[in-house]
Amino acid sequence: MSSNEWPLWEVFIRSKQGLNHKHVGSLRAPDAAMALQNARDVYTRRSEGVSIWVMQSALITASDPKESGPMFEPADSKVYRHPTFYDLPDGIEHM
Amino acid sequence: METRTIEQLSENFQQKIDADIKIEPNDWMPDNYRKALIRQISQHAHSEIVGMLPEGNWITRAPSLRRKAVLLAKVQDEAGHGLYLYSATETLGISREETIDDLHEGKVKYSSIFNYPTLTWADMGAVGWLVDGAAIMNQVALCRTSYGPYARAMVKICKEESFHQRQGYEIMTSLMNGTEVQKAMAQDALNRFWWPALMMFGPSDAESKHTEQSMRWRIKRYTNDELRQSFVDATVPQAELIGLTIPDPKLRWNEERGHYDFGDIDWDEFWQVVGGNGPCNKERIEARVKAKEEGAWVREAALAFASKSKSRQN
Amino acid sequence: MEESTYTFLLRLGDDSLILGQRLSEWCGHGPILEEDIAMTNIALDLIGQATNIYTYAAGLTPDFNDADALAFLRFEHQYLNAILVEQPNGNFADTLVRQFFFDAFRVPLFEHLQDSKDTSLAAIAEKSLKESRYHLKHSSEWVIRLGDGTELSHERAQLAVFDLWRYTQELFHMDTAEQKLLAQGIAPNLENLRGIWLETVETVMEKATLKLPTNQGFFGAGRLGRHSEHMGYILAQMQYMQRAYPGMEW
Repeated sequence: MSSNEWPLWEVFIRSKQGLNHKHVGSLRAPDAAMALQNARDVYTRRSEGVSIWVMQSALITASDPKESGPMFEPADSKVYRHPTFYDLPDGIEHM
Repeated sequence: METRTIEQLSENFQQKIDADIKIEPNDWMPDNYRKALIRQISQHAHSEIVGMLPEGNWITRAPSLRRKAVLLAKVQDEAGHGLYLYSATETLGISREETIDDLHEGKVKYSSIFNYPTLTWADMGAVGWLVDGAAIMNQVALCRTSYGPYARAMVKICKEESFHQRQGYEIMTSLMNGTEVQKAMAQDALNRFWWPALMMFGPSDAESKHTEQSMRWRIKRYTNDELRQSFVDATVPQAELIGLTIPDPKLRWNEERGHYDFGDIDWDEFWQVVGGNGPCNKERIEARVKAKEEGAWVREAALAFASKSKSRQN
Repeated sequence: MEESTYTFLLRLGDDSLILGQRLSEWCGHGPILEEDIAMTNIALDLIGQATNIYTYAAGLTPDFNDADALAFLRFEHQYLNAILVEQPNGNFADTLVRQFFFDAFRVPLFEHLQDSKDTSLAAIAEKSLKESRYHLKHSSEWVIRLGDGTELSHERAQLAVFDLWRYTQELFHMDTAEQKLLAQGIAPNLENLRGIWLETVETVMEKATLKLPTNQGFFGAGRLGRHSEHMGYILAQMQYMQRAYPGMEW
């Protein structure tokens, strides 16, 4: 991979009537000013009055998604939900 | 902590697919699934970008201001679609530049239709009507593809795509409502683009090596032949409505099947073009390589400025 | 009066059309996908502006029926665009410097035209101003990055400035038409715009570490229909369909 590639930025848009910013995708830009400029061109080509946030992808911290739902997981792999990890007081039998 | 085996992970993964639950970037996925997706999505992206060339070819010669503006808007949309798709590809851990280098080195392909030249204004009609029409068949199906970022990109693309096919068909309609010279221009464009458009759906199911696995993983939702049949069924009445003749003497409605029977595709032409020997393969790749190489100093300049600005801030 | 407005509109519209035509040539060939989108967007805006301007102008003359007729059926000497916009695209620096010089002129022009006593012209200006401001931001950012980027980009940007400077003087050309419109409060004094333009240009040039030439350039005559040799080729391509297939609907 060439280090001459422009960094990747994630783009978040709040539409005119929107309540919050939604992640819409990514683009390549050399810096924040151009990222905003490019985001406006690429992700809002058809509307005005939108709010744009851009963030370098590499600087975003994400949580590791655990595969969720009892249907797909043997309970053993779900360490943090396993009841044996929680000490229950005597007398509480059904929890 | 108990480590799950690859078997268990694969089983869970397939269960998700079967339940139409989207696979997201950080989810575990089989390596071949990741590879298949990178291939399919990046080829789709490359097709949008290379597709800008045969149409971009006619922007400066568009016959009216409105046609010029609409063609500019269409080509701009295609660039945007390419960008959404590169964005989806990058979530799989490969950079846009790597996939573009693969394209330039012939390791991945783009849709073979773009290896045909656009020779007359009527080609803008044929390409919009047939090529975008074929693309839409594929794309609507892909809105339900298993990989989240790809599905979301496709939903966005589908929303913007509907005007492309309409514009192409409108150009053909205008020509068929025009002078004899214009009608002949339209028919000639259809004659040259019909079979290449059918070839866009790829090899027949029997010949297609990737289809079975792609179907199991819901990367593909319909087979090549299924989509090709749908396309013919939808397009023939459109041609007939405006007085165009599909250049296929074997084309006829089959009441029993409820579909059109159509003639044999020249698979020799298909494999030749896919393999690099089409009318414009060389020019298309050369144009893209040139744009990348001649643009290197621009990209470097922007990075240099960004780096200097950062230093000044500190 | 109407003749002056008509002439002024042609100058305004032809600048938009010819520059839009030049930018369209970049489609599919830009240095990066994001810039392909940006330049196509600007070209689209300019073609849209030209269409609005010609639609109004066509109503003022019996010689041309509609916007398309004005766009495609005049002869070379009847186009009144500045020679700046005919210049070939060259490399990315040539294109962006040309764009910047142009945008820095159009923004104050449209700002002033919003107050025109001609309400149609004022409406066109209001709509076009939003777009021109955006174009100016884009071209300014690029001129700065190219000028203050690498040695190579600086060299190319500086060459572009030296080459294109001479064509900028024509933007402020005022003759009978503009004088009449000024007197009637329809169009602004272009000489006043020159000061605003120069301020914008000098600010960006400084950030870009680029020098401006000291000579005052030559007198171009695009505004009088006497173009560079590029114009013939631009028109040959642009007008081809309408000339080869006269009188047809598309």
